Amino acid sequence: MLRAYVPIFLFILVAIGFAVVTLLISRLVHAEKPNAVKLEPYECGIEPETDARDRYSVRYYLVAMLFVIFDVETIFMFPWAVILDRLALFGLIEMALFLFILVVGYFYAWKKGALEWA
Amino acid sequence: MTDLFVVPLLQIVVVLNAVLVAVTYMVLLERKIIAWVQSRLGPMRVGPHGILQPIADALKLLLKEDITPIRADRWIFTLAPIISLVPALIAFAVIPFGGEATLFGHRVPLYIANVNVGLLYIVSITSIGVYGIILAGYSSNSKYPLLASLRASAQLISYEVAVTLMLVSVIVTTRTLSLVGIVEGQMRQHIWYVFIQPVAAVVLFIGGLAETNRTPFDLAEAEQELTGGFHTEYSGMRFAMFFLAEYANMIVVSAVMTTLFFGGWLSPFPNVAAAHFLWYIPGWIWFLLKTFVLLYVFIWIRATLPRYRYDQLMRLGWKVLIPVALVNLVVSAIVRVFL
Repeated sequence: MLRAYVPIFLFILVAIGFAVVTLLISRLVHAEKPNAVKLEPYECGIEPETDARDRYSVRYYLVAMLFVIFDVETIFMFPWAVILDRLALFGLIEMALFLFILVVGYFYAWKKGALEWA
Repeated sequence: MTDLFVVPLLQIVVVLNAVLVAVTYMVLLERKIIAWVQSRLGPMRVGPHGILQPIADALKLLLKEDITPIRADRWIFTLAPIISLVPALIAFAVIPFGGEATLFGHRVPLYIANVNVGLLYIVSITSIGVYGIILAGYSSNSKYPLLASLRASAQLISYEVAVTLMLVSVIVTTRTLSLVGIVEGQMRQHIWYVFIQPVAAVVLFIGGLAETNRTPFDLAEAEQELTGGFHTEYSGMRFAMFFLAEYANMIVVSAVMTTLFFGGWLSPFPNVAAAHFLWYIPGWIWFLLKTFVLLYVFIWIRATLPRYRYDQLMRLGWKVLIPVALVNLVVSAIVRVFL
């Protein structure tokens, strides 16, 4: 059973190895002539005065919270979809109830303006 | 031992090299096609019609100075391109390039792994890639990349729910998550799933465009607004890795679309006697052809459409694609149970 995953783990190792080795090779052969201006963050020629990471308003934070809920709920439907044939009508009604609750929440969020930009 | 380690390792090396070559030539192809769309010639200098351009580009990027800005987080700054590239490559582990082939008297499957959660694996692996973009923008400690990483996260939360919901209705049709199983299902039913789930195919392709940060959804690297977007501060090999990741992702999306909707490695028209000669073309060629057509559509769309604004993308995802996906799911489930 787990044997099917061995090639995937091998691939992960090879891919990470490829990425690291390429970076190391380029580190050995690339040109290196740093100077103070070159190492500044790019800001169209103006010298940056402050750190870029200021406090900022993430205007879509409500959508981001809704995303977490909806994404988890959709993953929950994957196994249901695979065995829908065996669940037949029972599975259909169960998922209809689940989806109904989901959709009510979705329209509530929509009408409340959670999907709009604040 | 040979079956468990040596054969997969050889397959991995072959696939990895094929992907890297394909990616470099995708770049040339894209430049050529966009040039032709705009009545230009595109790269012509390096080799006849510029066919050696990718090699020159790769060498150039390897030798270029690789700058780490003084204010950046050194470790995350180096880690971000790796986080972008590795998922884009390992997604190929479950993609079936063909059925089985006979090679030196051995029967070798033309896929690296056939796991029963293949589709779930693809979904989860491809969404890791976005962390690379977000971390790149954050670790650069520069204003444009930071804005770009904000946009990248906005983009992820707009398309991801619609795409996964749409996949559920595709699974209702396929009844399996194994990509090999999905192609075999299309062989048994003598139909490409695109004819059963046309809406899903369109929405998943739109999702694929957003997933790979391609026009019209290339908000995170909108060059007119954000200079280079999330990779403004990157140069040399680390920049090249973002590039590799983007194009490898395009190939992954096209390959998955081919597998789900266009019959994977199956040859078209199996029932038409006049088209019987198509059977003599090996499956993996069909697979590559279909993938190539989809890749062409990617490039074509880039040459045609303007960019979305990111609140528009959010509205598209949440107010259009999710309702469409929900309706599609309900209809496919009812059809599956009652018909």
